[in-house]
Amino acid sequence: MPHFGLFLKRALGAAALGCAMLAPGLAQAQPAPAAASNTFDAVRSRGQLICGVNTGLAGFAQPDSQGVWKGFDSDYCRAIAAAIFGDPSKVRYVPTTAQVRFTALQSGEIDVLSRNTTWTLSRDTVLGLDFAATTFYDGQGFMVKASLGVKSAKELDGATICVQPGTTTEQNLTDWSRANRVRFTPVVIERLEELVSAYIAGRCDAYTTDISGLAATRSAQPKPDDHLILPEVISKEPLAVGVRQGDARFADVVRWTHYLLLSAEEFGITQANVAQMAANDPRPEVQRILGKNGELGKMLGLDNLWAVNVIKAVGNYGEIFARNLTPIGIQRGPNALWTTPGGLQYSPPFR
Amino acid sequence: MSQTTIDPRSLRAPPRRPIRLSWSDERVRAIVWQILVVGLIGAVIWWLWSNTVHNLEVRRIATGFGFLTREAGLPIAENLIPYSPTDTYFRALLIGLLNTLKVAVVGIILATIFGTLIGIARLSKNWLLSKIAGVYIEVIRDLPLLLQLLFWYAILQALPGPRQAMNPVAGVFLSNRGLKLPWIEWQDAHSYALLAFVLGLAYTLLYRRDAIRKRILDGKPRPVWPIAIGCILVLPLVVWYAAGAPFVVDWPALRGFNFRGGLNMSPEYFALLLGLTMYTAGFIAEIVRSGIQAVPHGQWEAAQALGLRPASVLKLVVMPQALRVIIPPMTSQYLNITKNSSLAVAIGYQDIVSIANTTLNQTGQAIEGIAIIMLVYLSISLSISLFMNWYNARIALVER
Repeated sequence: MPHFGLFLKRALGAAALGCAMLAPGLAQAQPAPAAASNTFDAVRSRGQLICGVNTGLAGFAQPDSQGVWKGFDSDYCRAIAAAIFGDPSKVRYVPTTAQVRFTALQSGEIDVLSRNTTWTLSRDTVLGLDFAATTFYDGQGFMVKASLGVKSAKELDGATICVQPGTTTEQNLTDWSRANRVRFTPVVIERLEELVSAYIAGRCDAYTTDISGLAATRSAQPKPDDHLILPEVISKEPLAVGVRQGDARFADVVRWTHYLLLSAEEFGITQANVAQMAANDPRPEVQRILGKNGELGKMLGLDNLWAVNVIKAVGNYGEIFARNLTPIGIQRGPNALWTTPGGLQYSPPFR
Repeated sequence: MSQTTIDPRSLRAPPRRPIRLSWSDERVRAIVWQILVVGLIGAVIWWLWSNTVHNLEVRRIATGFGFLTREAGLPIAENLIPYSPTDTYFRALLIGLLNTLKVAVVGIILATIFGTLIGIARLSKNWLLSKIAGVYIEVIRDLPLLLQLLFWYAILQALPGPRQAMNPVAGVFLSNRGLKLPWIEWQDAHSYALLAFVLGLAYTLLYRRDAIRKRILDGKPRPVWPIAIGCILVLPLVVWYAAGAPFVVDWPALRGFNFRGGLNMSPEYFALLLGLTMYTAGFIAEIVRSGIQAVPHGQWEAAQALGLRPASVLKLVVMPQALRVIIPPMTSQYLNITKNSSLAVAIGYQDIVSIANTTLNQTGQAIEGIAIIMLVYLSISLSISLFMNWYNARIALVER
């Protein structure tokens, strides 16, 4: 029973925090030392990055038929591993549910959380974690059946709305309904598959989650045109990569790996041409990024050719996006580079 | 065996021996061992506790129950007492607790009734009835409960949408949004009438007990029904009439996307209640059957020889004796219903586990959240155990 497995996993995950907290002596013996300040050294000496990802979300993190993790979020795990080890395969993926993800990071079960997690103030402060970089700008929306005849979310007064519990989605929905005086009845189901099937069966009039998730669900339906994503975007959902709090050096590596992917796209460095550009591109910033000039990699505590390794492994930001998210119908939108109108993805200079 | 004779030797005090502070004195040994064990347990608890607190501090994770007074902001579909997302986490958890009790209490009552009927049916001399009961028990007991819940939920979702709702009787609508019934608009007068009903019921029960006691003394029958009608039926009606006799029916009607008004039973609640009741009834049926079969056959024959009708044999002779066997395992089944109700998360019924999980995920305070869930289930389970143990002791006194 997959459901019961999930049930157990969650219970165990919750218990895991308890256990990790309860046994400091044992924690030292675990692969990831609990002391937050030296994740970088711990990852290095272990020779492997332990990366928390989604249990399965098309386009973001999902194992393929060979059991290889594919997706936007898991590509970030591979990029970080390539930056540290020069080898993108030195990653162990730990699937985490929405419920156990923070606990897993707090207790040292994972080194980095790359699992479409919204960056909020309260999560940044009281959960014992830091967000390194926003990898994907998302927003919450609604999907309805086209046959319902609804054209705007404001028309949803009195509707029944399917929503997943325990995420920011639930709170955004109540905030929005209060602000717009739209009354609704929630149907709150944890398993995504059950929730979507409740929406498809007509138990709910509308289904709400991040627009990227709506697009993924819609594209997976036999007739995507029967479903309509309403124009309203009711929240900001900056999906970010998280690390443990007080771990500035490791956070730097994660953050600049993201900026590297952005800069690479900006300068036209791709998986295909990176070797050639590293050898003979005349632009000074490209030379600094790719380690031909200066010691930027060493400043991060990495190999000076880290950037070449990362881009060889996963390509630039645009390539990652095109490989994983474009096929499920997600537009670049705010995730375009800042050089495109409406784009928010912006890297500080490599200098 | 009307009066147990007491062996006088058991009342005699043992000879007193002075305690010697020596290892050879077994009482000294016992005390030393007990202190050691208690001390060890205490030390382990202290060690776990202090480590937890220390590690939480090192990781800068907020602790404590201060979050209970913060605004919850989570939507809850079913609430017995008023709730809005602007209320606190404490109130949200309280709603969750009430939702758990709502399904557990109704489930226990229904499972007991159905289980007993099926258990008796299995012993019936009617071949068809007994076989149907047998098949029911075997099928229901052998399938995982979670599977059954998902099955019922899927069936309820397959009902037509609200705009094509089934409408068997005027005012009753069945759709994939649940069962809608007309209901009276609740006013103070109804609360008073309900109170009168409860008091009347209590008085009737007391009167009945007294009537039976007197009948045992003098053999005269004292009918209970006039008192019952007066107290349970007439009294609440009089109270209701005196309070102004309000009677406004709240008819459910399709407005916009959904039905408004009336009484609603959601598919989530109904699927959970149905699943829990049918599953546990299978076990209870077996407990009832084994309890009845545990009564020696001679008791049946003796009762029949007295000329009692089959129903009276069961009610007056067999059941009182069977109950002694039935009650202890029944307690376990009641505890199971309560704990199994936490499977509600799978089908979206917002019980205490669902709401506490959301709370701990939003606040990040996992240890506190799990502690609350444990406390709730422990309290409910201990209450059920205490009540059932009391009832068991009361039944046991009846034996002669």
